[in-house]
Amino acid sequence: MPFGIAVFAIAISFGVLARPVMGLVAPIVMSVVVFSGAAQFGALAVLSAGGSTAAAIAAGLLLNARYLAMGLALAPSLRGRTLSRAAFAMTTVDASWAAASTGDGTFDPWFMVGASIPQYVGWIFGTVIGVFIGGSLGNPDAYGLEALFPAFFISLLFEEVHDRRRAAAALGGAAIALVLTPLVPAGLPILAAVAAAIVVARVRP
Amino acid sequence: MTGVWIAVAALALGTAALKLAGPLLLGGRLLPFRVMSVVGLLASSLLAALVIVETFGQGRSLTLDARAFGAVFAVVALARKAPLTVVVLGAAAVAALAHAIS
Repeated sequence: MPFGIAVFAIAISFGVLARPVMGLVAPIVMSVVVFSGAAQFGALAVLSAGGSTAAAIAAGLLLNARYLAMGLALAPSLRGRTLSRAAFAMTTVDASWAAASTGDGTFDPWFMVGASIPQYVGWIFGTVIGVFIGGSLGNPDAYGLEALFPAFFISLLFEEVHDRRRAAAALGGAAIALVLTPLVPAGLPILAAVAAAIVVARVRP
Repeated sequence: MTGVWIAVAALALGTAALKLAGPLLLGGRLLPFRVMSVVGLLASSLLAALVIVETFGQGRSLTLDARAFGAVFAVVALARKAPLTVVVLGAAAVAALAHAIS
């Protein structure tokens, strides 16, 4: 439930920020069918900066590449028919996946579903409210909304970086973005940060 | 606008594929160790790059503005284990204040 409320607040900011770039309907549909804060904010960040559709998709999908790893960890804990395993796997979101971990390498799938449903509801309702109040706010900078992107990504980064390898990958990614932002078109500095993950994985597998 | 809808569709399908790949296709098998090693680090690198671009980026240049004050608040609040809502809304409030003063 606390996740649901936090997600609701973040979804409002997604709706507010997405409206000028994506219109009224697309952000809501996106929250219903994508349901991923990192991918949606990541893709929106690229589009807002004038980046291409391809760069926005690539940024969103690379941010969600972690689901591949999370799905592999989850796989042995899912039993039953293909359809039921697929249904459980679709409820994977960061906070629920982490909360459903039992600590011995297995997961409680029903716990994950229970944690994801309030987040899904909060995510969609928040987006709807965000898009509709977004137009009547005037200059979003006056409310500090421009700081929502950095704050959200910093929060995810804090969750993610829990060892030295991840810290090194994060520092490398930050350095690449700092150096490349003045040099290449919007969206590319974020994608280029993949190089940091590859280098760290090579040096310290 | 077509581009926006293409992005929505591609992200929906791609995200579903990433979530389903492990449980459905691979079963108990694992990807090569070297691939998994990179996958595990991707989120850290990409999130850090996003933080930089979203805090200091202004088109194709780097600037220092109200967003940086909000980002500093977020880091301090997270270091003090503040809940996500406080971090995000507090950062917006700090940036709004910085915007009003400057």
